[in-house]
Amino acid sequence: MILPEGVFPVVSGPDDLDRPFWDGTREEQLLIQRCRECRGWQWGPELICRHCHSFEVGFEEVAPTGTIYSWERVWHPIVPQLADAVPFVIVIVSLTDAPQIRLVGNLAADPLEPVVIGTAVEAVFEHHPDYTLVQWAKRS
Amino acid sequence: MSSPARTIRGRAAVVGVGESTYYKHGQSPDREFVLVLKAILAAAKHAGIDPREIDGFISYSNDRNTGVRIANALNVHEMRWSTMQWGGGGGGAAGGIEQAAAAVAAGLAETVVVYRGLAQGEFGRFGGAMPRKPIDSLRVAYGMTTPATVYASRLNRFFHETGVSPDTQKAVSLASYRHAQNNPRAVMHGRPLSGEAYDASRWIVEPWHLYDVCQENDGAAAVIVTTPERAKDLVARPAYVLAAAMGHGQRSGGFIENVYDSPTFATAEFGPLAGHLWQGAGLGPSDVDVVQSYENFSGGVVLALIEHGFCTTENANDVLTVENLTVPSGRLPLNTSGGNLAEAYMHGFGLVVEGVRQLMGESCNQVPDAKVSLVVGGPMVTPATTVLFGTEEALA
Repeated sequence: MILPEGVFPVVSGPDDLDRPFWDGTREEQLLIQRCRECRGWQWGPELICRHCHSFEVGFEEVAPTGTIYSWERVWHPIVPQLADAVPFVIVIVSLTDAPQIRLVGNLAADPLEPVVIGTAVEAVFEHHPDYTLVQWAKRS
Repeated sequence: MSSPARTIRGRAAVVGVGESTYYKHGQSPDREFVLVLKAILAAAKHAGIDPREIDGFISYSNDRNTGVRIANALNVHEMRWSTMQWGGGGGGAAGGIEQAAAAVAAGLAETVVVYRGLAQGEFGRFGGAMPRKPIDSLRVAYGMTTPATVYASRLNRFFHETGVSPDTQKAVSLASYRHAQNNPRAVMHGRPLSGEAYDASRWIVEPWHLYDVCQENDGAAAVIVTTPERAKDLVARPAYVLAAAMGHGQRSGGFIENVYDSPTFATAEFGPLAGHLWQGAGLGPSDVDVVQSYENFSGGVVLALIEHGFCTTENANDVLTVENLTVPSGRLPLNTSGGNLAEAYMHGFGLVVEGVRQLMGESCNQVPDAKVSLVVGGPMVTPATTVLFGTEEALA
């Protein structure tokens, strides 16, 4: 576990736009919003397709792989519960199947290792009692 | 009858500026509303008007001190205008002036106050974990909870794409601290910052050291905007609004706005605004004598200066140096009051006050004979805003 349990829990109700994403992570699937009409991808989730303005937007599975688009190494603990968790690395990951879409996650690696933009990564599903986070590890 | 030109160039002017004492966060002996009233009364006095003549009230970022409460507390004769910029946080700093100029130019108000008050002791700190909506779990669950963590990765991408050096950020920070040493109002007055101390300071989030990150303060700042006719009667050197712009391009705003596919990720969002600004003023970056550019984080200033055309990604490392950014000899004097980093964080409104003071000849780091003065609102937030002021000579 990269960040301590329960400090920043996933908050998503049954009607929330991101609920299918979080439900997918429980099954170790990466689900991203895709228009049923024009087949365009979009993220974050919205009530309308930004490409064709259809309201028929659903979620489809993408390959759990991507490349590091950007990163940041967090040193300030923000809240006292993170005092022993810093530094940690946040990565911005461009998805292989929809490269314009970038997910935020943590890098599962030594936090002091240099982070190289363009590095190939794969999703690591980090299961918590009530939700599952999508973390990223370097692809061998 | 011909309609007037669709521009605000020269059709409104700032005639007075004022601020409360600036404090470290939590140290104001006054309540926030009192700070705001003190700033407004100071600005009215500076302009030489009776505060009861103010008929318009503008702020941004959900300022808690409503125009109605101020109007009633000051017993103004008549309220004609009351607006708040929708979203954008400190991006609204210059946008408030744009709204005031629009109201005055359209004849919808005569004497407008634009203001921002913050008592972070009374109402809570800005720099901590932000309030969250359910959709924010997409980033917050991974520790991206503060303004610094929301924006830092944009600079790392920018440095990667362009080859601009992170040292340009250090120049911004050192310039602000150097200017603050001549500004008795500055919270960091008497606390100079050396390059060594900057390098030795702790990381907050890479690429930002402690001194790349704005302060958190208590205080308030205000300016009075009126018609050019009235401005000439009131003060010797009004700061005319030459142009202003607000907004962003396609799919902007970043993670904080639930946008995870922005084509402008590695920018501060000023690309489209700068074009409108220079076109509206009939001027370009080489005509600007002094710049105030909002520092939530020093890196955002680097982006803002490049996107406004003061330098390019190719020559930024040579142009953005401490020597070039500081008075009296720098070619691009920047944040001459010390700005958000070293004067006080009034959500950027102190920068508006300083941009006007430069044209009135009243800055503590006066740029000789300054005629054109740029004030840029919060970089990387949306809507972003930017405003260009000029003296009467600049209008000619």
